[in-house]
Amino acid sequence: MISEHLPILQVVIPLLAAPLCIFLRGRAAWGLAALASGSALAISLALLGRVLSTGAISYALGDWAPPVGIEYRVDAVNAWVLVIVSTIGAVVGPYALLSVEREIEARRIPLFYAAWLLCLSGLLGMAVTGDVFNVFVFLEISSLSAYALIALGRDRRALTSAFRYLVMGSVGATFIVIGIGLLYSMTGSLNMADLSELLPGVWDTRTVRVAYGFLAVGFCLKLALFPLHLWLPNAYTFAPSAVTAFMASTATKVAVYMLLRFFLTVFGAAFSFDVMRLDLVLLPLALAAIVSMSLVAIFQENVKRLLAYSSVAQIGYMILGLSFASATGLTATLLHLFNHALMKGALFMALGCVMYRIGSVRIEAMAGLGRRMPITMAAFVAGGLSLVGVPLTVGFVSKWYLIVGALERGWWPVAALVLLTSAMALVYVWRVVEAAYFRQASAGARRSGEAPWSLLAPTWALVLLNLYFGIDAMRTAEVARVAAELLLAGTGR
Amino acid sequence: MIPVAANPLAQSLAAQLQIAQNLVSHYNYWVVIVLMMVGFHILIARGNLIRKIVGLNVFQTSVFMLYISLGKISGGTPPILAGGVGHGETDAHGAAEGAHQAAEVLYSNPLPHVLILTAIVVGIATTSVGLALAVRIREAYGTIEEEEINAIEAEAGA
Amino acid sequence: MTTLLILALLLPVAGSALVLLLRRNPNAREAASLVTAGALFAVVFSIYQAVMRGERPAVVLAEPFPGVPIVLEAEPLGVLFALIASFLWIVTTAYAIGYMRGHHEENQTRFYTFFAFAIASTMGVAFAGNLFTLFVFYEVLSLTTFPLVTHAGTDAARRAGRVYLGILFSTSIVFQLLAIIWVYVLAGTLDFTPGGILEGRASAGMAPLLLGLFVFGIGKAAVMPFHRWLPAAMVAPTPVSALLHAVAVVKAGVFAVLKVTVYIFGTGFVTATAASVWLMWVAAATIILGSLVAFRKDNLKARLAYSTVSQLSYVVLGAMLANALGVIGSGMHIAMHAFGKITLFFCAGAIMVATHRTEVSQLDGLGRKMPLTFAAFLIGTLSIVGLPPAGGAWSKWFLGIGALEAGQVGLVAVLMLSSLLSLAYLMEIPLRGFFGRATEEGDPQPGHEDRAHGPDGGHGDHGFHGAPRWSLAAILVTAAACIALFIHPDPFYRLMTLVTAP
Repeated sequence: MISEHLPILQVVIPLLAAPLCIFLRGRAAWGLAALASGSALAISLALLGRVLSTGAISYALGDWAPPVGIEYRVDAVNAWVLVIVSTIGAVVGPYALLSVEREIEARRIPLFYAAWLLCLSGLLGMAVTGDVFNVFVFLEISSLSAYALIALGRDRRALTSAFRYLVMGSVGATFIVIGIGLLYSMTGSLNMADLSELLPGVWDTRTVRVAYGFLAVGFCLKLALFPLHLWLPNAYTFAPSAVTAFMASTATKVAVYMLLRFFLTVFGAAFSFDVMRLDLVLLPLALAAIVSMSLVAIFQENVKRLLAYSSVAQIGYMILGLSFASATGLTATLLHLFNHALMKGALFMALGCVMYRIGSVRIEAMAGLGRRMPITMAAFVAGGLSLVGVPLTVGFVSKWYLIVGALERGWWPVAALVLLTSAMALVYVWRVVEAAYFRQASAGARRSGEAPWSLLAPTWALVLLNLYFGIDAMRTAEVARVAAELLLAGTGR
Repeated sequence: MIPVAANPLAQSLAAQLQIAQNLVSHYNYWVVIVLMMVGFHILIARGNLIRKIVGLNVFQTSVFMLYISLGKISGGTPPILAGGVGHGETDAHGAAEGAHQAAEVLYSNPLPHVLILTAIVVGIATTSVGLALAVRIREAYGTIEEEEINAIEAEAGA
Repeated sequence: MTTLLILALLLPVAGSALVLLLRRNPNAREAASLVTAGALFAVVFSIYQAVMRGERPAVVLAEPFPGVPIVLEAEPLGVLFALIASFLWIVTTAYAIGYMRGHHEENQTRFYTFFAFAIASTMGVAFAGNLFTLFVFYEVLSLTTFPLVTHAGTDAARRAGRVYLGILFSTSIVFQLLAIIWVYVLAGTLDFTPGGILEGRASAGMAPLLLGLFVFGIGKAAVMPFHRWLPAAMVAPTPVSALLHAVAVVKAGVFAVLKVTVYIFGTGFVTATAASVWLMWVAAATIILGSLVAFRKDNLKARLAYSTVSQLSYVVLGAMLANALGVIGSGMHIAMHAFGKITLFFCAGAIMVATHRTEVSQLDGLGRKMPLTFAAFLIGTLSIVGLPPAGGAWSKWFLGIGALEAGQVGLVAVLMLSSLLSLAYLMEIPLRGFFGRATEEGDPQPGHEDRAHGPDGGHGDHGFHGAPRWSLAAILVTAAACIALFIHPDPFYRLMTLVTAP
C-alpha cells in the first residue's frame, strides 16, 4: 500500500516536518529533522531497489493522469540522485546537532532545521519530479532555504555571500523559467516524457534553440560551472559547517542531474550532441574549470575556501564526463556525483570538527592539529586522498572511468590533463596535511582536544563509505552504467 | 486523456509561433525583452542592495509577461467553460468533455496564468528573503552600498 | 597454497598491530617484529617451493571494477622479489634494533609499525597478479613509507617528504595511471600474462610512447629526471634507507618495469616494435650521470643514494634489452644489488652510530677501529661493482652479454665505464678507512658519550670502535650473503629462467 506512494513520500515527509520544526525547541527540532532525513534515506533506497528490479516508476500526483497531471517519475537516474542527496542528508543530520549549537544562536536553531528540511525536500523534489515546471518550484524551495541557511553563518560576510548567491541564483532560476515557458509555447506540454516525444518535431525552430540556451545558462549558474561559479566560494566559506557539508555534497549535484535530465532526456541526447554540439561547448568550459580552479585552490589560506574552489574544479570533472558524449563518460559523471558527495562531505565535516574545537579553519590555525585531533585529521587525510584519487578510494573510481572515457574518444591530452590536475589536488590537500602534522601547534590548537563523538561518527561514516565504495565499486558502477545507458537510450552511443 | 499532439491549443500555438518569426507583429516579445534588459541592467549596474532587488523584480516581471502573453490566443475567449456547467469537471470524464467542447469554442489557454501565479509567489518569497538579508547586512555593516561593504571588508582583511 | 599468499600480505599487517600493542615494552615489541619477519620469510619460502614445483597459486581479494580485480598471484619474478624483501626484513629488523637504540631515535613504535606496513605493501607489489593490483600496492607503498622518510619531523625531513611523495605520486598518477588505463582501453584486461597482452592490440608507433609512460611513470625506478626523491629520502633513519631505499621501494620500481616489459608488452613485442631503444639510452644516461654525481658527493649516504640511482638503471636497461639474457640479468641484478647495497647502507649507519660521522672525508683511519664494518663495506663494494668473489659479478655478466646479443655494443661500453666509475667512488671508503691517517677531529668520542647517558644505550661494552652488536651481526650476514651468492646464485638464476621460458 504505502510502497506505491514512495515517490511522493520522499518529498512530503521532510516538507511537512519543516513547519513542525518551528514549533519545537532546539533538540526536539533537531530530532525531527534527523528523523525526517533518515526516513528520506530509507525511502530513496527502497525506490532505487525497486527501480533497478522492475524499471521506472510513474506516480500520478493526486491521481491526475499525466501528461495533464503532475507526474513523479523515478528511473535509475534520479533514484541514484535521490540516494546521493538523502545519504548526505541522513549523515549530516546527526552531525548537525553539536555543530549547529556551537555556530548558531539558540533562538534560531528551530528555524535552522525548518530551512534545512525545506532545502532537503526541495532537492529531493527536483530529483523526483517528471514535470518541468515542478522542477522550477522545487528549485526555488531549495534555493530560498539555502540562502537563509548560508546567511546563518557566524561571520557577517555570510550575509553578503548569501545575498550575492540570491541574486545569481534567482537570475539562474528565471532563465530556467524562461526556457521552460518557451518549451511550453512550442509543445503545449510540461511533462518530461511527453516533451521528449514532442520536441523532435520542432527541433528546427529558433524558439527551441533559444529555450535550450536559456536552460543551459540557468543550470550552469546553478551547478556553478566555470565561469558562472562566482557565487559558490564565498557561500561555502561562510556558511555554517553543517550547511557547507550538506550543500557542497548535494545542491550542485542535483543541478548537474537537472542538466542531464533536460538535455539528454527532455531534448534528447541526439539533439544535444548532434545538433546543438553540447559536447563541444562544455568540453573547453570543463577543462578551464578543472585547471584554473585547481590552481586557485592551491593558493587559498582558508581551508573551507580551498575546498570550495576544489568543488568547482570537481564539477568540471562531472561536466567533462558529459562532454565525452559516451556511455563511459556519463557513467563517470554519474559516479562522480556520488563519489564527490562522499569525499567532499567527509572533508567538510572534518573541517566542521576543527571549527567546533578551534573556531577557525585557516591553514595556520590548523598547524599541529595532527597530534591534537588525530581522529579528525585522519578523516581529513583519508578524504583528501580520495579527492586526489588514490587507489582504493572512490576518487580513484571516478577518475578511472573518466580517463577510460577520454581514451575511448582518443582524447589522450584530456586524459593527461585530468591526471595532471589530480597531482594539483595533491598539492592543495598536502598543504593542509603538512601544516597539521609538521608545524608547531598554534595557541588555539594547543588547548584543543579531539572533537566529540557525535561529530566524529558521522564524519567517519562517510570516510568509510569512501573506502568501501573505492574497494568495491561494482555496485555503484553498475547503477551508474544502467543510468547512463538510460540517458543515452535510443542514440546508439 | 487529451492527446497533446492533436491538442488544438498546441496546434494553434505552433501556428502562432510560425508567424512569430516576424517579431514586429509580436510586440509582446519586445516588451518582455526590454523589461528583461532593464531589470538586468539595474541588477548589475547598481551597487545599492535595495535597487538590486528592484532590478531582480523587474527582471522577473518580464518573465511573467512572457507567460501571460503566451496564453492569449487571437480571438479566444476567457477560459470559462461555455455551457455544460455542472458536469463535474474534476473527474477524468469531465476533462474529456471539456476538451470536446473546446473544439467548438476557442478559449485562451489558462495554464500559463496558473503557472505564473506560482512564479509570482516565488518572486515574492525571493524578494522578501532578499530584503531580510539587506536589513541584516545593514545591521552588520551600517550600509547597504556594495562598494562601502567591500571597503569595510578590505579594511578588516588588511 | 592461496592462504599462504594472503598470509604473506597479512602477516606484516598483524606484525604492525602487535608492535602497536606491545609499545610499552620495547623488548617484546622488537621480538614481535623479529618473529613476524621470520614467519613471513618462512611463508614466502614455501610459496617459492610451490612455484618451483610449477604451481601458480592465485587468489582474488576484491573486484573494484568489472574485469579488473585485485588479485594476488605467485609467479617466479614476484617470488624472487618477495624472497629478497622478506629475508632482508629479518636482517634489517635486527639491524634496526641496534641502530634505533644506539641512535636514540624517538617514536620507535611508529617506526616499527609503518615499517611492517611498508613490508606488507611490498609483498602486495611482489605478488600482484595484474597491473591494477600492482598500481594499488605501489601507491600504498609510497604512502606507508612517507612517515618513515619524515621520521625525524624536522624541516629538512618535511622538505624531503614533500619531494618524495611529490615525485612518486605525481609520476605515478600522471604517467603510470594514464599508461595503465590506456592498456586497459587497448587490451580490455590488465592481467600479467606470459608473452604480454599488447601484441596485435597496440600499434607499433604507439608502443614506444606507452613504454616510456611506464618507465617514467614508475618513479620508484628512479630513471632520470625523476630520481630526485631517492637522495631526498636519505634523511630517513639508516635502516629505512637500507631496506626501503636500497631494497623494497626502489626494487618495487624496477620490478614493476621488468614485469610490465615481460608480462604486459611481452619481450617479443618490444623487440619487434623497437619500442625500448630510446629508453635503453635514457637508462644508460642515468647509469653514467648517477655515477658521476655519486663521485662528487662527500656525504656517504648521498653517495650511496646516487650509486643506487645508477644501479637501478642497470635493471631498467636489462628489461629494455628485452631478450632472455637481459631479462635474466635484470632480475638477478635486483637480487645482487639488494644484498650489496644493503650491506653498504648498514655499514654507513653503523659508522654513523658509532662515530657520528657522515662524510666520506671524515673516515680516514676508521677502518682500523671498525675492521669488520669496513671489511663488509669492501665486500659490498665488490658486489656492486660486479667483481668476484661477490654476487654482482653474475648479474653484470648477463647484462653485458644481453647487450651484446641485442647488438648494442655502445651499451656494453657504458656498462664497463660505469663499473669503473663505481669502483672508484666506492673503493675510496674502505681505502680511506684502512690506509688513511686518523685525524684529531676523527676522535669518535662524542658518539661514545652520547651512548653513555642514553636510556637504551646499554651496549656500552663495544666501545667506540664498534657498531651496536645487533647491527654488526646484520652486516656480517648480508656481507656473507654477497659472497654466498657468487658461489651459489642458482636459486635466483633458476627463477629467472622460469620467467624467460615459462
